[in-house]
Amino acid sequence: MHEYSIVQALFDQIQAAVRARGAISVRRVKVQIGEIAGVDVELLRTAYNLFRERTICAEAPLEIDAVAARWCCPDGHGDIEKGRPLVCPSCVRPARLAAGDEIVLQQLELEVP
Amino acid sequence: MCQACGCGDSNVVPVALNERILAVNDRGAQHNREHFRNAQVSAINLMGSPGAGKTAVLEATARALGESIRIGVLAGDLATDNDAQRIRAAGLAAESITTGTACHLDAEMVHKGLHRLTGWHELDYLFIENVGNLVCPAVYDLGQEVNVVALAVTEGEDKPLKYPTMFQKADLVLVTKVDLLPYLPNVRIDTIRENLSKVMPVPRMIPVSAFTGEGIGHWIQWLRTVQIPRVAAQSAGAR
Repeated sequence: MHEYSIVQALFDQIQAAVRARGAISVRRVKVQIGEIAGVDVELLRTAYNLFRERTICAEAPLEIDAVAARWCCPDGHGDIEKGRPLVCPSCVRPARLAAGDEIVLQQLELEVP
Repeated sequence: MCQACGCGDSNVVPVALNERILAVNDRGAQHNREHFRNAQVSAINLMGSPGAGKTAVLEATARALGESIRIGVLAGDLATDNDAQRIRAAGLAAESITTGTACHLDAEMVHKGLHRLTGWHELDYLFIENVGNLVCPAVYDLGQEVNVVALAVTEGEDKPLKYPTMFQKADLVLVTKVDLLPYLPNVRIDTIRENLSKVMPVPRMIPVSAFTGEGIGHWIQWLRTVQIPRVAAQSAGAR
C-alpha cells in the first residue's frame, strides 16, 4: 500500500521538474523499479492512474522499466545463480546487490512552449 | 517554440532526471542519522509482521538490561497507543507514532516522534518499532544504524523467501517464540537459517523466546556490538 505514498513523492518530483522548465504538460513518465525494491509494479500503476486525473500528468502514460535482481561477487568472480546462498562460490565473500533495488524517476517527456 | 519551422507549436522534449523517488525521505533519514550519531544513540529499526513479537522482545530486553542501559522506544502503529503503554509498563521511555492509514513509518514521522520523546539524546539505544508489516517498512530509511527483523516461528519457514526485500535489508533476524517449536513439527530452525542465506548476504539469526528468556542474552550481546560511527568534526561542530 506504500505505492500510494511513492506516487505522491513521484508527483512532487514531477511538479518540481515542470516548474523548473516552465513546461505546459507532461507527455510521458519513465520510472525504474527493481525486482526487490519492495514496490509492486501493478499497484504502482494503479496508484499513478488514480492520481494523474486532472493533473498536469493527465495525458502522460507511466512507463515502468522493471529491473531484475542481480547479486554478484564483490571481488569480480561473477554473478550468483538465482536461488543460491548469497555468497561467492569461489571466494565465499558475501554477495553485493548489483541491480534490483531501484525506485527511480528516470525520464520525463515535457511539453514546453 | 517549434524549432523546425517556427510555427509557434510547442515542443516535446525528453528530460533525463535519474533521481530516487524517495529522495526527500532519504534526506530526512540522513538528518535523523546525524542527530542519532551526534548524540551517540544507537538507533534500531525493529520490523516484522503484526504479532511477530516485536513488543515482547522489547519487554524482555528491558527485563534483561534493568537500569544499566538506557533504552527508549518510538512505537509505530496504525491505531492505538497499546504498544507504547506496554513498553512504558516495562520501565522504558516510549512514545507512540500513530500512522492512521500509513502502513510504514517514514523519516519525517520519526523526526516528529523524537520531538515528543523527552530526553532521547541521553539514551544508549533508541528502538523504532515499525508498523507490523513485512513489505512497506523495508522501503523507507529512517536514519537507523541497523535493521532488526523479528520473525516468529509460527509464521513458517518460508517467510524470508516470500519477503526477500525485508530480509535482505536486515542486519539481524530474531527468530521469536522458539518456546513454541515443540508444537510446530513442520518448522525447523535450520530451514529458516538456510532460507535466510538465500536472501541475506550476511545471514545473522538469533533464536529467542521472550517468554522463557532463551536467547535473550545472546541478543543483548549482539546489541552491544552495534557501532555508531564517529561524526565528522564539521557536522558535529555545526550543532
